[in-house]
Amino acid sequence: MGDFTFFLETTISGLMTGVMYSLVALGFVLIFKASGIFNFAQGVMCLFAALTLVGLMEKFGLPAWLAIIATIGVMIVLAWLIERFVLQYMVSQSPIILFMATIGLAYVLEGVGDLMWGSDVKLLDIGLPQGASDWMLDNFNIYVEKLELVAGVVAAAMVAVLAVFFQKTRIGRALRAVADDHQAALSVGISLRTIWVIVWSVAGIVALVTGIMWGSKSGVQFSLSLIALKALPVLILGGFTSIPGAIVGGLIIGVGEKWAEIYVGSLVGGAIENWFAYVLALMFLLVRPQGLFGEKIIERV
Amino acid sequence: MTEHSKKIGDPLLKVDNISLGFGGVQALSNISFEIREHEILAIIGPNGAGKTSMLNVINGFYHPQQGTITFRGEVRRAMRPYIAARQGIARTFQNVALFKGMSTLDNIMTGRNLRMQSNFFWQILHYGPARREEIEHRRRVEEIIDFLEIQAIRRVPVGKLPYGLQKRVELARALAMEPELLLLDEPMAGMNVEEKEDMSRFILDVNEQFGTTIALIEHDMGVVMDISDRVVVLDYGRKLADGTPDEVRGNQGVIDAYLGVPHE
Amino acid sequence: MLYREAGQFKTSYEADQAVFPIRQDRWVIAVVLIVALAAVPLVIEDYWTNAVMLPFLVYALAALGLNILVGYCGQISLGTGGFMAVGAFAAFKLTTMFPGMNLIAVLLLSGLVTAGVGVVFGLPSLRIKGFYLAVATLAAQFFLVWLFNKVEWFYNYNATGQITMPPREIFGFLVTGPAAKPAVKYLFALSFVIVFAVVAKNLVRGRIGRMWMSIRDMDIAAELIGVRPLHSKLSAFAVSSFYIGVAGGLLFTVWLGAAEVTEAFGIDKSFLVLFMVIIGGLGSVLGSFLGAGFLVLMPILLKNFMVGGLGISPVVAKHVEITTMGVLIILFLIVEPHGLARLWQITKEKLRLWPFPY
Repeated sequence: MGDFTFFLETTISGLMTGVMYSLVALGFVLIFKASGIFNFAQGVMCLFAALTLVGLMEKFGLPAWLAIIATIGVMIVLAWLIERFVLQYMVSQSPIILFMATIGLAYVLEGVGDLMWGSDVKLLDIGLPQGASDWMLDNFNIYVEKLELVAGVVAAAMVAVLAVFFQKTRIGRALRAVADDHQAALSVGISLRTIWVIVWSVAGIVALVTGIMWGSKSGVQFSLSLIALKALPVLILGGFTSIPGAIVGGLIIGVGEKWAEIYVGSLVGGAIENWFAYVLALMFLLVRPQGLFGEKIIERV
Repeated sequence: MTEHSKKIGDPLLKVDNISLGFGGVQALSNISFEIREHEILAIIGPNGAGKTSMLNVINGFYHPQQGTITFRGEVRRAMRPYIAARQGIARTFQNVALFKGMSTLDNIMTGRNLRMQSNFFWQILHYGPARREEIEHRRRVEEIIDFLEIQAIRRVPVGKLPYGLQKRVELARALAMEPELLLLDEPMAGMNVEEKEDMSRFILDVNEQFGTTIALIEHDMGVVMDISDRVVVLDYGRKLADGTPDEVRGNQGVIDAYLGVPHE
Repeated sequence: MLYREAGQFKTSYEADQAVFPIRQDRWVIAVVLIVALAAVPLVIEDYWTNAVMLPFLVYALAALGLNILVGYCGQISLGTGGFMAVGAFAAFKLTTMFPGMNLIAVLLLSGLVTAGVGVVFGLPSLRIKGFYLAVATLAAQFFLVWLFNKVEWFYNYNATGQITMPPREIFGFLVTGPAAKPAVKYLFALSFVIVFAVVAKNLVRGRIGRMWMSIRDMDIAAELIGVRPLHSKLSAFAVSSFYIGVAGGLLFTVWLGAAEVTEAFGIDKSFLVLFMVIIGGLGSVLGSFLGAGFLVLMPILLKNFMVGGLGISPVVAKHVEITTMGVLIILFLIVEPHGLARLWQITKEKLRLWPFPY
C-alpha cells in the first residue's frame, strides 16, 4: 500500500509539474501558430511577468488583484513594443533569424526585469492556498499540495477560455486564418500587425499565469526562465502547432520525468531530470517526426 | 556544330502499370508508357492529371503502390532520388528548385558533384587531385554556361535572378549532370513568347547535340506539337492517348478532355 | 582609388578560383598575418592573452565549426557547449592517461572523439528538421553536461569535479599550466586557428562545401541531383564537431587550464557561439572571426566603460550588459541579418568605386 501511495503521489506531483510545462508550451504554440515564430523568450516572459507582479506588490504596495491587472497591462504594452520595435522590421526574415531575435529578446527581458526589480529571490504570495490538502489526505491518504490542485484547475480553465476564444470569437477565427496562410489572411483584410500584438498579449497573459503558479511554489528567481527549456521537449512531443498537444505533452513529460528520476535516476547518480525529457522527446521524434497531434507533411516539388 | 542525325532507338525507360495514391486520392492509375532513346516525349494533360506525380515516380521521389519502372534494363519500383540521379536521370521543377543562396556558377557546379572523385584529404588541402578536378569540371561547366548564354550572371546569387533566367540556370544544372534522361517539368511556365522560343531552341539543341533523351511536361500546345517526337496524354491519373503529335491531335478522347464533352 | 580590381585580369580558372582573387585583399591578409604572428607576440602580456586573445581564438574556432553546420549545411545546433565539453574532457583524459602524448596529438584526437559524438547526436537530423532538430541538439547539451558531472571517471574521481591541466611542452616551450608564457600560449592557439581556418575555407569552396550548401538551400532538390542526405548531414556534423571539440580542448588546456563542466560548458556557451555565428555572418569563414571578436570585446569594453568610466556597480553593470547584448543582437538582425561579414563586403564594394561613386 505504501508503495502504491508513493507512486500515486509521485504521479500527481509529476502531473502538476507537467501542467506548468503545458502552460509554457501553450504560450509557445500560440505564437508559433499565428506567426511561425519560435519564441524562445516565452520562459523569460514568465519570469518577467512574475517579477513585475512581485515588484508592483512590494514596491508600490498594490493589492494582489490590482497588481495582476496592472501586470496584464504591462504584458500587453510589452507585446505592442515587441511588435513595434522588433517584429515589424523582420516580417520577411527567415525563421532562424526570427528565432535568434527572440533569444535577443530573452536577454533584454531578463536584463530589464533584473534592473527594474533586482535579481534576488522573491516570494510571491497573492493569497493562493498553501500547504497540504487535508481533504486529499483524509479521504485518500495521499499528500498533495493545495497549490498544485489550484494550478491544475487554473490551467484547465485557461485552456477552456482559449478554446472558446479561438473557436467562437471573430479575432480567434482571424488568428486561425493567419495560422493557416499568412498571405491569404492578408488578402481578406486581416491586419497581421494587430494579430501579432494580440497573440503576443495572450502569450504574455499565459506567461503571467505560469509565473504566478511557479513563483508561488518556488519563489520568483532566474531559474523560472529555465522551465521554458523544459517546455521545448513538450513541444516536440505535442507538435509545434497543437494546443491539445501542448497540454498532453506537458503532462507526459511531467510524469515521465518524475518517474524516471525516482525509478531510474537513483540507479545512475540522479539529476537526470535535466535531460530525460529531451531524450524521451528525441526517441519519440524518431518514430513520429510530426509529434503527437501534428499533421503529417506531404512534401511536394 | 556537328549535326547529329537523329535516331530514335529502343526504349530507355519503361513505365509499367504504375499506380500511386495519397490517402484516398488516386493520383495515377495503371499508367504504362515508354520513353525511347534520343526522343523528346511530351506529357500533357489538364491540371491535376498526374503529370508531375509521374515524373516524381520516375525519379524516385514518390514510391508507387503498384507497378514497375524499368530503366536501362533494370527493374525497380521504389528507390531514393539520389540513386536515380546516379543512374543518369536529371530533372527540373515546375517551381524552380535551385539553391537560392549560391551563385549561378556554384549551382551548376553542384550538378558535377557526382562526377567528382577526389577524397576528403585532398579536399582539405585543396591541392593535387582536388584542385585539378575542380578546374577540369569548371571548364565543363563553362561550356554549359556558354551553351545556354548565361555568362553574365555567373557570379549572381540565383535568388536574385528573374524567373526566366532561373529556369535556364536550372536547366544548366541538370545538363551539368550529363544525364541520359532529362525530365523537364513545365520548362516554359510563366515565360513570354521570346523566352519560350529561346527555351525551345535550347531543348532541341540539347537533344540534337548531346543525344539526351528528354521527357517534358508542357501546357503550351504550340510548343508541344513543334518540338516533341511523341506525346503521352494523361487525365485524372489515367492515360488517354500515346502517339505522335498528329495522332494525338486527332484523338477524340483527347479533344473531349481538353474541350469538354457536352452534357445532355 | 586604393581598392580597385581594374586591370587585374584572370587568364585561368585557377586564378579565378583563388580564395582572394583581388590583389589588395591579398595584401590585407598578409599584413594581418604578419601582425598576428610577429608583432603581437612581442607586446602581448597576461591580461590581454587571457581576457582577449585566447578567448577570441578559441571562440573563433568554435564559431567556425558551428558555422559549418548552421551556416553551410543549414542544421541548427544548440549543443555547442556540450560538444566543447567533450573536447575538453577528452583532452584531459588523454593527457592524464598518456602523459607522454604530444599536446597537438591530444587536441586532434579530442577533436576526433568529439566528431564521433557529434555524428551520434546528428543522426536525428535525418528524420527531423529545423526547430525540431534544434531542440533535439539541446538533448546533447544537457545529457553531455550531466554525464561529465555525474560520471567520476571523467574527472579522475577528484572531489571537486574540476579538471586541471598539467604543464605540457611543445618544442621545448611550456604551453600549458600557470608557468606558460602568454606569447607561447597565444602563438600555439593562433597556429591551430590559422590551419583550421584554411582547411575550412578549402572545404567550403570545393565539392564538399557545395554539397552542404545544396542541402541547406533545398534538401529535396539536393537529393534529386544525387546528394546523399545522410552522408552530407553527418559529414557536416562530424567536421563541425571536430572543430568545436578542438576549440573545447584549447579552452581547457591552453586558455583556462582548469574547468568545471556546468560552469564552463553550460547552455549559455551554446548561445554565445551561435550569436557569434549569426552576428559574424552565416556561411562565412571571415564572419566567424568577426563575430567572435565582436562578442569577446563588446562585454569587456562595455564593462570597463560602465564600471570604470561611469562608476556603476558591477551588479547593475552586469544587468545592463545582458540587456545591451540582447538589444545589439536584435538590432543586428534587423539591420543586417547577414552579419558583419556582409557589412564588410558592402564596404569593400563601396571602396571599389570610391571616390567616384558613379
